[in-house]
Amino acid sequence: MNKLIEELKGLFPGVQGEEGIDMPTLVVPADQLLALMEELKQRRGFNFLSDLTAVDFKAEDRIEMVYHLLAVPGGEALRVKVNLSRHEAEVPSLTSLWPAADVQEREAYDLMGVVFKGHPNLKRILCPDDFEGHPLRKDFKLNSGKEGGE
Amino acid sequence: MAAVEKDLMTQEIEINMGPQHPSTHGVYRALLTLDGEKVVKVENIIGYLHRGIEKLAEDRTYTQFIPYTDRLDYLAGMLNNLGYVQTVEKLMGVEVPERAEYLRIIMAELSRIASHLIMIASMALDLSGWTAWFPPFRERERILDLFEMTCGSRLTVSYMRIGGVAADIPPAFLPNLEAFLNDLPQMIDEVNGLITGNEIFQARCRGVGKIDLETALAYGITGPNLRACGLPFDLRKARPYGIYDRFEFDIPVLNNGDSYDRFVIRLLEIEQSARIIRQAMAGLPDGPVMAKVPRVIKPPKGEVYHQIEGAKGILGYYLVSDGGNKPYRLHIHSPSFVNLGALPKISEGGNIQDFVVNIASIDIVLGEVDR
Repeated sequence: MNKLIEELKGLFPGVQGEEGIDMPTLVVPADQLLALMEELKQRRGFNFLSDLTAVDFKAEDRIEMVYHLLAVPGGEALRVKVNLSRHEAEVPSLTSLWPAADVQEREAYDLMGVVFKGHPNLKRILCPDDFEGHPLRKDFKLNSGKEGGE
Repeated sequence: MAAVEKDLMTQEIEINMGPQHPSTHGVYRALLTLDGEKVVKVENIIGYLHRGIEKLAEDRTYTQFIPYTDRLDYLAGMLNNLGYVQTVEKLMGVEVPERAEYLRIIMAELSRIASHLIMIASMALDLSGWTAWFPPFRERERILDLFEMTCGSRLTVSYMRIGGVAADIPPAFLPNLEAFLNDLPQMIDEVNGLITGNEIFQARCRGVGKIDLETALAYGITGPNLRACGLPFDLRKARPYGIYDRFEFDIPVLNNGDSYDRFVIRLLEIEQSARIIRQAMAGLPDGPVMAKVPRVIKPPKGEVYHQIEGAKGILGYYLVSDGGNKPYRLHIHSPSFVNLGALPKISEGGNIQDFVVNIASIDIVLGEVDR
């Protein structure tokens, strides 16, 4: 797996890699995400998008997009991360590679406020359409919603 | 004739469909665009059951969160428990006692059987097979009885603990389980006689809601629904967790990727689960059921993503710890959410009555879709 990380670092200059406690982890700049994912899907066997989510690191003023890939049927797993600014959280959509990203990106948009460029239908999915704010952000206040707010 | 048809004014209409499936009452509807009887477009309207469970996790201790996992897929609570506690254990490096590992396997597979039985019964019911509802539910009751005698609860069991399980099994458990397993083949025969072999059922399901393997993978479909498309992919074999690598079992696989195969594969999986349970019963060692873990769980700073083979597909927990006594972030990847996301693809181009079959055949539970 170390070999894979080294090779990918060679192909994508902005990529950082490390062995995580559960699986190898790559950190990639947002503008190289699509190309890296395409490489991983088409040529490295990571053909399955097994999860997509975001984490708000408010103290560090960043939002981290976290993707988990799986090689089917081999079973190898890989994590890919993208660091984004909390104020302009924007990342390319993966729906062109995996339609599975459609609903998951809408969820990350709805709950964490990450914008996915190129998503065909980026609107709220779990919260009502007129909901204000993104509830999984660390600074979300419970009374900022429409009901019960002051 | 052609000229007459041309004069007819036709237009697409939108209808709100559902709830139809027993687990979708009040919590799901589909907005269908129809051209005559043909489904042109499906939009899933969800979120009615969204309780913000991931947000709640950030305000609960690691142990306090266990009961919330039951409320995701409330038809397979043991499996949700298992996935969560194993995630925390992985981050902490906790060793679970042997007896607890075996009990976990027994409970998890019983939970899988219970979940599949609901799918089988409710799919028959959705096609108006009222009689066929009863045998699976009758047998499922016996599983819930086993859960109740062990942990006092039937659906929301909260049985797993970080480091083991909440309680040892009572003396009556193993004999009752043995009797249940002995009766299971008879129930499967009954279901096959009533449903699987039924000509009307076959006519409604065969070739309906077909999806090919490549599309299924691209749409993130997992679990029995993926295995019905011809790929024997099961995390219990591909990335074994717990002690699954000690048991002999097969991964049933079917090739048509239609509603009928999604139904039949669950019957086949029940047989394999029963096989695993028998081996776990035979190998069940004596000893404690809880490891020595600190009273206050504080995993080290870091992140971990742990996936298990849930009843409805791959269930994943992504946990970020900041070293404190509460999760910094907990994301739950639920199979129903992604499988439901593929429902439009499965249903578009089919007939409206087939939509009922399709939603039953992918087997969703809304607690897990909305979280």
